[in-house]
Amino acid sequence: MSVLIYIETEEGIIKKSSFEAAGYSGALARLQGTHAVAIVFENTAVEVLEKLGNYGIQKVYQVSDTKYTQAAAMPYSSAIAELVQKENIEVIALPKSSTADAMVSRIATKLKAGVATNVLELPNLTEGFQVKRAIYTGKAFAQIQLTAAIKVISIAKNAYTATTTSDKATIESFVPTTNEVDFKIVSKEIQKATGDILLTEADIVVSGGRGMKGPENWGILLDLAKAMHAGTGCSKPVSDMDWRPHHEHVGQTGVKVSPNLYIAIGISGAIQHLAGVNSSKIIVAINKDPEAPFFKAADYGICGDLFDIVPKLAAAAKNYIN
Amino acid sequence: MKILVCISHVPDTTSKISFTDNNTKFNNAGVQYIIGPYDEYALSKAIDLREAGGGSVTVINVGEADTEPTIRKALAIGADDAIRVNAFPKDANFVAEQIAAVAKSNTYDLILMGRESIDFNGGMVHGMVAELLGLPSISPIMKLEINGTTATMSKEIEGGKEVVECNFPFVAGCQEPIAEWKIPNMRGIMSAKSKPLAVLEPVASEEVVKLLNFETPKPKGACKMIDPATPEQLFDLLRNEAKII
Repeated sequence: MSVLIYIETEEGIIKKSSFEAAGYSGALARLQGTHAVAIVFENTAVEVLEKLGNYGIQKVYQVSDTKYTQAAAMPYSSAIAELVQKENIEVIALPKSSTADAMVSRIATKLKAGVATNVLELPNLTEGFQVKRAIYTGKAFAQIQLTAAIKVISIAKNAYTATTTSDKATIESFVPTTNEVDFKIVSKEIQKATGDILLTEADIVVSGGRGMKGPENWGILLDLAKAMHAGTGCSKPVSDMDWRPHHEHVGQTGVKVSPNLYIAIGISGAIQHLAGVNSSKIIVAINKDPEAPFFKAADYGICGDLFDIVPKLAAAAKNYIN
Repeated sequence: MKILVCISHVPDTTSKISFTDNNTKFNNAGVQYIIGPYDEYALSKAIDLREAGGGSVTVINVGEADTEPTIRKALAIGADDAIRVNAFPKDANFVAEQIAAVAKSNTYDLILMGRESIDFNGGMVHGMVAELLGLPSISPIMKLEINGTTATMSKEIEGGKEVVECNFPFVAGCQEPIAEWKIPNMRGIMSAKSKPLAVLEPVASEEVVKLLNFETPKPKGACKMIDPATPEQLFDLLRNEAKII
């Protein structure tokens, strides 16, 4: 009755969210007195996959059929459900990502599993299998018991900090039974900003709001983000006005982020925006209005002219961040 | 085209979230309920599709009688008829099984809903309904265009978007900017009162999860203000006090 973690890579490297979820799975397996295994669909170098052993994963199933090269939630879900039945797996854990988010529900329904998304901590196993999850867009939490025999959980960012070892995982090939129905969605084109730090993966996020006054002023924010190795976000009005692309919109109806550090520049802090950032560890607000609601949600605040403050921060950042 | 739109009945986005009965029940005192914002995008898109190509838009909600004003609002916005499955929507699996049971007995070309409800944020009902019906599911989609029996969609992925194609029927979770929200006009509001709203009893569903209790976050401490003349102090605080850089 082991734990299976779904691993994603980006340009041949395991994503940070996948390492975090691997650490979580390794710890969960130790709690349950069982072992953790992983599945990866992108063809990935052996020495990269072996590193999952550092996080407590004993074995990695590599799917190398080229039909699975293009990330697609439906065939991945079927393959995982097949592996779960073959290998007597009890818990399936997934990191947060656009592909994984679409897989959680399909896997759970295929296996008639108990399921929870946005899981924030290791489960409490003293009475059944209880998990804490974020609800109401981070404005509250719920304690849920997964009562079915098989459990599917999607792990929120920063849910668990793993201590690593030098153990290596073994690699085994897995050839799933292909089901044509799963390939009915045809990918025509992927438009992706390359080289950028993904917003959902970033440890630091720098976001701008209407206080930036116009898209032509974004240079100072991008300089600060670059100096801090940060992902960049924006408020809803900014993406609505097309100052920034929609995938940067952070908030209740946009991307939810939970970085270690969130820096809000010229964002007033409407409740809908705060809902997307309130699980960040530390929040910094920079705003000229001392009454801006963001200061009530922030740990640190700088009240002043952002066009003066942000360049100073960008210049100072390199002394603090490698 | 026959479209089914699944709507959730959720607290307004500005609601203060609190709980009663020893943190086991949502405190709805003074809370305004709305159609889930993402579901409203799905509904608006469905109406646009019907206006462009004909067909019908049915809305479905799994909820007790108190959700009817929310369903009537969807009818006022422009849905043709509605179904309420008379049960408390206790979890995603339960809701999906109810919707799938209705969809099995009425063949829809397209089932739309929001990417997630804003109360439980599970984002799972579309995938579960699709799995139960043996259909493809795509989420979150920001654009949907129809060409004969094929839909071309733009789906949000990390750092960008993916253009995908799928033949009908399928299930999709929607988000902005797929369509503009529609403001109901007086004629819509009047006609909503007489549009059909069928109430169905729920089908049996096996329990896979159990809600134990709720918690609210600990209140945040006071914000520490930094002199704007020396903003670089922030980095000292982040390093030495917050210990995150």
